[in-house]
Amino acid sequence: MSADSGDRFERHRWLYRTMFTIRTVEERLARSFMAGLIHGACHTYVGEEAVAAGVCAGLTDDDAVFSTHRGHGHALAKGVSPDALIAELYGRETGISHGRGGSMHLFAPEIGLMGTSGIVGPCILQAAGAGYSARLLGNGSVGVAFFGDGAVGNGAFHEGLNLAAIYDLPVLFVCENNLYATEVPFSHASKNPDVASRAANYGIPGIGVDGNDVLAVHEAAIEALRRARAGEGPTLIEAKTYRTRPHAEGMGLTGVYRTEEEVAEWREKDPISRFRRRILSDETMTASDLDRIEADVRAEVEEAEKEAAASPWPDGGTADRHVYRETV
Amino acid sequence: MTEKTFTEAAREALSEAMDADPAIFVVGEGAGERGGNFETTAGLYEKHGPLRLCDTPICERGFIGMCTGAAMTGARPVVDFMFTDFILDGLGELINQTSKMQYMSNGRLKMPMVLRGCIGIGHSAATHHSGSYYPFFVHIPGFRVALPSNPADAKGLLATALRSEDPVFFMEHRHLLNLKGPVPDGEHRVPFGQAAVVREGTDATVVALTVMVHHAFQVAEELSGEGISLEIIDPRTVAPLDADTILASVRKTGRLLIVDETFMPCGIGAEISARVTEHGFDELDAPIKRLNGSHVPTPYSPSLEQAVVPDRASIEEAVRELLAE
Repeated sequence: MSADSGDRFERHRWLYRTMFTIRTVEERLARSFMAGLIHGACHTYVGEEAVAAGVCAGLTDDDAVFSTHRGHGHALAKGVSPDALIAELYGRETGISHGRGGSMHLFAPEIGLMGTSGIVGPCILQAAGAGYSARLLGNGSVGVAFFGDGAVGNGAFHEGLNLAAIYDLPVLFVCENNLYATEVPFSHASKNPDVASRAANYGIPGIGVDGNDVLAVHEAAIEALRRARAGEGPTLIEAKTYRTRPHAEGMGLTGVYRTEEEVAEWREKDPISRFRRRILSDETMTASDLDRIEADVRAEVEEAEKEAAASPWPDGGTADRHVYRETV
Repeated sequence: MTEKTFTEAAREALSEAMDADPAIFVVGEGAGERGGNFETTAGLYEKHGPLRLCDTPICERGFIGMCTGAAMTGARPVVDFMFTDFILDGLGELINQTSKMQYMSNGRLKMPMVLRGCIGIGHSAATHHSGSYYPFFVHIPGFRVALPSNPADAKGLLATALRSEDPVFFMEHRHLLNLKGPVPDGEHRVPFGQAAVVREGTDATVVALTVMVHHAFQVAEELSGEGISLEIIDPRTVAPLDADTILASVRKTGRLLIVDETFMPCGIGAEISARVTEHGFDELDAPIKRLNGSHVPTPYSPSLEQAVVPDRASIEEAVRELLAE
């Protein structure tokens, strides 16, 4: 095997395993939600796995990711373990935010996960800020914002892209355009159906990519990261994708605007089975290699769930800790 | 000690901190080469360049959010708002993001961010350039709020803010910017949560904030001729609030007046009053009295503007009423 094909094997293995881990954890969480083990809202990332995996495959622990309410996939792709994530949603002491955050407030700054968020928009500004730090401190890291089409009409999108552009900040703005903001179609929220074209308003490159094709996403991200690290400034990537589960668990899969036919159509374009077919046709791995990855991941996630369910609750007496860094 | 204006003293603290810590940068409209609308950064651009003295577009929400992200990733931003009124466009970022990051991350993130701006009524600046709004931020867990009333405290409180790991509001009353006073040379820090007893007295305690400290002091000097002895306390920071110094004073005087230019409902006076009632009720010889700016948007015309702000006459009247109880 040449060095190149070895690299390709490793990359494909990582991408497949990461996407399959996200899918498996999300499906596990959906069952846990129905069982009453999750105490707040749970927005799954099923159908969009290629975006988080494709982008995060190019990042290091020093690159800072700022995510959304639909952020489990970004957290897992950035390296949060399934047990720390599940335990957080279960509200346990062993959760990644020790029970202070829940689904929408996942933090692991030591590996560059700077938070998922319950508010749409701020992640765009904060990623610009990480880019500002990187320039100021000269540490070569990159800020990455993941956000949905729902953020595009928000002022934070305009202000964040403009700020990153004028200061040439090393930032990736990754719009996961899944066509609906909760249940409002993007066509009702924007006269311009194209997100990537908005980059021209800020004088930066905008790349539209098939968000269900993990290799296409990865390729776009690698070029944007190269630009960022070379001091050439930010890039806007629009990954066109779809969530094939409800907006949040417990809500309807379809509604006034989403139809059964549309969901079925997008399930046909499922990013994981699509990548599996691609791997088999490229012969980078065999079916049994992939089956083994899937079996490993399933076992890991089941074990993680058991650990989370058996974990202790945080001590109520500690609820006022960490409001301030310094005591006065 | 050297005689300096409030603005010069604060700028000295900023300059010294920026020399010592390359992670500090300042953003704001005109904070760069222009040196700040109120000369808050005059001369620093020449020394540190455009990345550390950064001119922004007019997008308060945007640069507050950007600075929040920068603080999360190792930098120490100073946001120079020019006027505190302009902060309001970024309230969602401040309250939902900046103030909560340390908590949400279980203490793994720091939020070393200074938010400074001009406050105060009195220049016919009308209602979009006269606001103070600091009681909002006292209400929110996660913020520190510093309100210097003189040049020495401006230097000392800003120096402390610039080394804090928590987000700090540093609010500068427009009437005080050109006030001169003695300022300690070299390193000078005023710790948060330590009120200053500006004047000792025995008949009543007057807690006053920012420019009201000066008005209250003059009233106290005038009334001393009548044998009235007022104790004046300047909290210097309202989050945290040094209630102990206020309570100790009330134990001595038995009477308390709180003078604050900002609105009365749910304000600093309400908070101080509640704490003194909870912990010092038996020490009180009279009901606690509050004197605030009128609960109205700030008007433009000088005659209307004067009518909505406490002044020496209204403070004196409030003191006499308190002593007559």
